[in-house]
Amino acid sequence: MATTFLLNGQSTTLDVDPNMPLLWAIREVARLHGTKFGCGMAMCGACTVHVDGQAVRSCVLSLSAVSNKQVTTIEGLKSKQAKAVQAAWIELQVPQCGYCQSGQIMSATALLEKNGAPTDAEIDGAMSGNICRCATYPRIRAAIHAAAGAAKAYGS
Amino acid sequence: MSTADFSSSRPTRRKFLKGAGAAVTALTIGFEWPARPALALAGPTGATGAANMAAAFAPNAFVRIGADNSITIISKHIEMGQGAYTGLATVLAEELDADWAQVRVESAPADATRYANLAFGKIQGTGGSSAIANSWPQLRDAGAKARAMLLSAASGEWHVPAAELTVEKSVIYHAPSKRQASFGSLVRRAAALPVPDTVQLKDPKDFKLIGRRPARVDVAAKCDGSALFTIDVELPGMLVALLKRPPLFGGVVKSFDATAAAKVPGVMKVLQVPRGVAVIAKSFWAAKLGRDALTVEWDDSKAEKRSSTDMMEEYRRLAEQPALPARKQGDAKKALGEAARKISASFEFPYLAHAPMEPLDAVVKLDAKSCEIWAGDQFQTVDQMNAAQTAGLTPAQVSIHTLYAGGSFGRRANTVSDYIVEAVSIAKAYGADGTPIKLQWTREDDIRGGLYRPMYFHKLEAGLNAQNELTGWHHVIVGQSIMAGTIFAAGMKDGIDATSVEGAANIAYAIPNIAVDLSTAKAGVPVLWWRVVGSSHTTFAVETFIDEVAHAAGADPFTFRRKLLEHEPRMKGVLELAADKAGWNSGPMPKGKGRGIAVCEAFKSFVAQVAEVSVDDAGRIKVERVVCAVDCGTAVNPDIIKAQMEGGIGFGLGAALYGAITMKDGRIEQGNFNDYRVLRMNEAPPVEVYIVPSAEKPTGVGEPGVAPIGPAVANAVFAATGRRVHAFPFSKSDVRT
Repeated sequence: MATTFLLNGQSTTLDVDPNMPLLWAIREVARLHGTKFGCGMAMCGACTVHVDGQAVRSCVLSLSAVSNKQVTTIEGLKSKQAKAVQAAWIELQVPQCGYCQSGQIMSATALLEKNGAPTDAEIDGAMSGNICRCATYPRIRAAIHAAAGAAKAYGS
Repeated sequence: MSTADFSSSRPTRRKFLKGAGAAVTALTIGFEWPARPALALAGPTGATGAANMAAAFAPNAFVRIGADNSITIISKHIEMGQGAYTGLATVLAEELDADWAQVRVESAPADATRYANLAFGKIQGTGGSSAIANSWPQLRDAGAKARAMLLSAASGEWHVPAAELTVEKSVIYHAPSKRQASFGSLVRRAAALPVPDTVQLKDPKDFKLIGRRPARVDVAAKCDGSALFTIDVELPGMLVALLKRPPLFGGVVKSFDATAAAKVPGVMKVLQVPRGVAVIAKSFWAAKLGRDALTVEWDDSKAEKRSSTDMMEEYRRLAEQPALPARKQGDAKKALGEAARKISASFEFPYLAHAPMEPLDAVVKLDAKSCEIWAGDQFQTVDQMNAAQTAGLTPAQVSIHTLYAGGSFGRRANTVSDYIVEAVSIAKAYGADGTPIKLQWTREDDIRGGLYRPMYFHKLEAGLNAQNELTGWHHVIVGQSIMAGTIFAAGMKDGIDATSVEGAANIAYAIPNIAVDLSTAKAGVPVLWWRVVGSSHTTFAVETFIDEVAHAAGADPFTFRRKLLEHEPRMKGVLELAADKAGWNSGPMPKGKGRGIAVCEAFKSFVAQVAEVSVDDAGRIKVERVVCAVDCGTAVNPDIIKAQMEGGIGFGLGAALYGAITMKDGRIEQGNFNDYRVLRMNEAPPVEVYIVPSAEKPTGVGEPGVAPIGPAVANAVFAATGRRVHAFPFSKSDVRT
């Protein structure tokens, strides 16, 4: 059975098992590899994507659940907040091994798209589902604050 | 039995591994290590080299300059987050006077003749925080010689003395005639020149990149999802395999029923291999469903069936029995017998998994004559040997594309090459027909997959004389050996595995009588080095216990340590810097809060940390601030050093607070991040890092930052609550106020 949805703004039909987790449909069928597999049970956040603007864990969401919805992956980030987040990540040299960073950036972007000036507690709330074994957390926090300032400067 | 006396020269892991490396070299005599061209998939910028190869200047194995001005620096070390690509490129680019914007890094092929880790002997591999330290003279020389040849080329072209030329950002200038030429324009001429035998290296005062903060070469690709990890490798016709492994270590397949698994759409084959039963499918998801449907009956007759609590019980008993001396200085027994006061404590450390974010994976393309491997490969020479043996080929027939690793923390550098060998064995069972097969581990495979940091029991006794001076120290360590039974076993001296006692046998404190003993336990659980190796437990025991001794002596823990480090200027230096920046003497902290300090030497770097914690009525520990001082010699890239300290602190803190792998009747009780907890954002403290200015040779920073955080926090918890933490993880200890 085929599932049709908007993937990074493009209408996409994937004719595979609708019970396949969205993560594997994105990686192995749509062949977008920026979204990563880390735990398979929504414990680490490496697979975070946006579904209708919400940060979700694609490893536990079936493909059928996104039928007719908008799915954004790291490859499709376009918003001003997203660009500010990526720029801040580079400016503050956040990544180490880098494997979790797509998920971190997706969670941080979803946060800033809803909350232009998050507090430390709000950052904890939005980001504690994303594990980084390199423990880049202090820089992630600083980069989110920096991106919030930059996105504000853009007037968004 | 002879004793190892470390009193005159404290042993280091580097020295030790050098010996171990020599042993492995001896094993591999007769193998030919081939020179292979750089492989296109490797490196952050993909296939950069091939197009430039024709018109490139490649004076040595580490740099290639293209006619298009591209500068490709070849890294013999894996980039697994520690910043090696950037640090190594910085060293070479500095001597070359390269424009950092033109620098790219490519991964070296597996070739120990050119790319051996000089700290390991003749083995290519990354570990022991040695990448920068072993490459420092090698890459400075490589960059300086390339620069000298480019200068010669310009000198010849312009018919001017080389001494009149200057170089800045990949451009050569001749001021008197106002001429200039880019490196790229000189590559043909330079390539025809002989490589000079010797060359003058820069005076450190002229460094333009070293000590500055050139941007990491891998960061941009890691912010847009384009960085290539093993999990992202796709090859034409590639299949994906998952392996069902025995639930108990040492178990083997008795029989299996593949009927249901074979019916899963996409499953191609179900095959028995030495480590279990492999399900090979067209996609990960099909392989996963296939493995879920697979029924395997295991033969557990030779498996490890004990529980970790029983094993710790045995370790406690072993601690009371005679052990092998790892250090003997003076007469500790006598000193303790004559002491005015004795202090004693014991410490328990669990098994720990590395749990890198990228679950282990490898792609193998095997046919009758060659084995091509794509992996976040950390131990190329060892992996070549093990893959060759599994495939029935020679190491020369095994090529490795080293890709970015999504973390490792030691896990990918193992002497049995477990994940590589599994992948090769699956490709072989599949028919060795050239079909690329990706073996993918799941998180559960990783957490239950063994090769853990060993479990340890430590027992310590200290004696104070009537003047409250520390006169005797006896430290007994019980645990499995990482080296015994491996290809590195020849590196063990007098039965002592240096990785079991480093950080304890080479204790830096001036104590007149010291005995450190090791009792090596046997267990059927595979073990391995875990970030900062021995110091992951020894530093905790030493630094928590010295704190207890200081309190018993009525001394301030910082002052007490400093006095015993009078003759250890670098240890003392970081201790003082951390204490100063943390405001150690700024007065007592409010109720429920405390400050703790710890210091260590690991891999020839020195790190001290001060932690500030609060403990609530329920005994919940919150680390509110960490101040870290590090002395790693010349600071090649201060921002990466800072990042490694931040990361090491987070890694060590997660383990200290929550980390434990436990077994019940041989079965691992954890499986994923829900029950093997690691540090998360809401628990990550702010970290301040201060680097001691130094002109010494650079030493490693990937691991040392991990060691002091556990004891610094434990000592801070004591300051806040009056309760000592004697067992890892802290969540096991009752520290309610």
